[in-house]
Amino acid sequence: MSADGVDLKKRRILTAATSVVGAVGVGFVAVPFLKAWNPSERAKAAGAPVEADISKLEPGQLLRVKWRGKPVWVVHRTERNLRDLPTMDGRLADPNSETPQQPSYCKNPTRSIKSEYLVAVGICTHLGCSPAYRPEIGPADLGPDWLGGFFCACHGSFFDLAGRVYRGVPAPTNLEVPPHHYLSEHVILVGEDGEAA
Amino acid sequence: MSTMTNFVAWIDKRYPMTQVWNEHLAQYYAPKNFNFWYFFGSLAILMLVLQIGTGVWLAMSYKPDAELAFGSIEYIMRDVEWGWLIRYMHSTGASFFFLAIYLHMFRGLLYGSYREPRELLWIIGVLIYLAMMATAFFGYLLPWGQMSYWGAQVIINLFSAIPVIGPDLGVWIRGDYVISDVTLNRFFALHFLLPFILAALVFIHIVALHKVGSNNPDGIEIKQGPKGNRWSPDAPADGIPFHPYYTVKDIFGIGVFLFLFAAVIFFAPEMGGFFIEYPNFVPADPLKTPEHIAPVWYFTPFYAILRAVPAVAGSAFPGVLAMVLAIVVLFFLPWLDRSPVKSVRYKGPIFKGMLWMFVVVFIVLGYLGTQPSSPFMTLLAQICTILYFVFFLAMPWYSKIDKTKPVPERLTP
Repeated sequence: MSADGVDLKKRRILTAATSVVGAVGVGFVAVPFLKAWNPSERAKAAGAPVEADISKLEPGQLLRVKWRGKPVWVVHRTERNLRDLPTMDGRLADPNSETPQQPSYCKNPTRSIKSEYLVAVGICTHLGCSPAYRPEIGPADLGPDWLGGFFCACHGSFFDLAGRVYRGVPAPTNLEVPPHHYLSEHVILVGEDGEAA
Repeated sequence: MSTMTNFVAWIDKRYPMTQVWNEHLAQYYAPKNFNFWYFFGSLAILMLVLQIGTGVWLAMSYKPDAELAFGSIEYIMRDVEWGWLIRYMHSTGASFFFLAIYLHMFRGLLYGSYREPRELLWIIGVLIYLAMMATAFFGYLLPWGQMSYWGAQVIINLFSAIPVIGPDLGVWIRGDYVISDVTLNRFFALHFLLPFILAALVFIHIVALHKVGSNNPDGIEIKQGPKGNRWSPDAPADGIPFHPYYTVKDIFGIGVFLFLFAAVIFFAPEMGGFFIEYPNFVPADPLKTPEHIAPVWYFTPFYAILRAVPAVAGSAFPGVLAMVLAIVVLFFLPWLDRSPVKSVRYKGPIFKGMLWMFVVVFIVLGYLGTQPSSPFMTLLAQICTILYFVFFLAMPWYSKIDKTKPVPERLTP
């Protein structure tokens, strides 16, 4: 190729312009491929609210329902549990639920609408294991101070019976309380705020 | 000329067959003093080929569907002719692949194979290691057992722990709010894709190796030494042709290696829960986490580092960062080592001490990662994590002040 009479400046501008236009084109083409990894419409629709029937839930028992593929616990706390909750504060990282891990109507000492019933997403806030329900008082393996709660065996996090996280464990925040409300005395709808909220 | 010679000449005119053969095998001169540690590069290539072969065969019977995946593995194990063998070759193969790679990397540490002019060679190698880890992670979800499911849950949540973009990134990787059929299907696609990228990286790794030439247990550049051996007057005097000398050596190594490999496949394919973890014989249950979650052994050192770092300011991110840095620091190794000599043979007592400490720390971390956490275990993991980083980050200092031995002019026999 002859270099005679070549306008190098013009050539450089054309090369740069072609490169930029090409790069922008690649950027646009990348969008559908990246977006295709987002949840599909079907996956989004599967996030509909679910009902939990608690009429047969005795004090001390736990009921699991599946909401958005995650376990949601409904725990019927005993009188003793409710008396014990305020005594836990000293061992907890966020006893007053300052971190917004619950709807505003559950930012109270029991983190619930009705104090006997805890509704919480059963997924550890550390790395997403599902903690074990340990309602016993002072079992051998957890020590005499244990007043009931949840233990995540994966990385050793503890939560009390209001889903509040202990201090000095890997989990950074309290368990999430999902939006929920009571459809009737014994039916909870998980996944939707009530009218009042 | 014979027909064969004519045929080769016909090809050589159109494709550099003889030229490639000579440049990379018959007239590629490698140092004459390779020892035991030099088996593992070719063994790793063997494992890659085996994994791709068995993997493609498994894909012919496997179903990447949350409803069918677990059952399809059992179908392969029970009903497909020889399916159990192919499946165990693949699951055991993953562990042996990592074993070969860890020993291959350790060889690099021993003899300074990452030092100038082999920095890029080492960096490409670390990329291969990363690609292997990604491939293994995607593959581990496919059996859709309890450990598959909850292991993937924990690892994807590592990404969710990244500040600001984390939660959305986690959803993007899963394609759903939880690990689901969508995630399984895409992980299968990625598990199929990545080995080909891995193979491409291995090709680049070998191109880089053949540009700079192999290092050796003495850490001496044979290309800078005297010239002329019995095959060529221009070749390094201390070099021997890769073929047939090292091809024969490697074939012997492969023979021994396959003995061990077959013994594990036939007699201990689960390796006491280390190669296939027992909870993975239970189908994935999104509502119930197994008592104790641990990754497969080749990830546990990094998992132990993750667990050792406590949450800071309500975020699990520091642990994730420490784990990532534990791998990223490998990229910088060529510039961390300031010793005037390459090989451990001529390095001083401080480097040797640090290297053996590193080996112990890595194994202890690997063990801790398989165990449930307890206050004592966590403390031990924290000490080991610090020592892990000390090995790398203090290297510019201790490798410089160390008392080295004089390096000989020529390779020692």
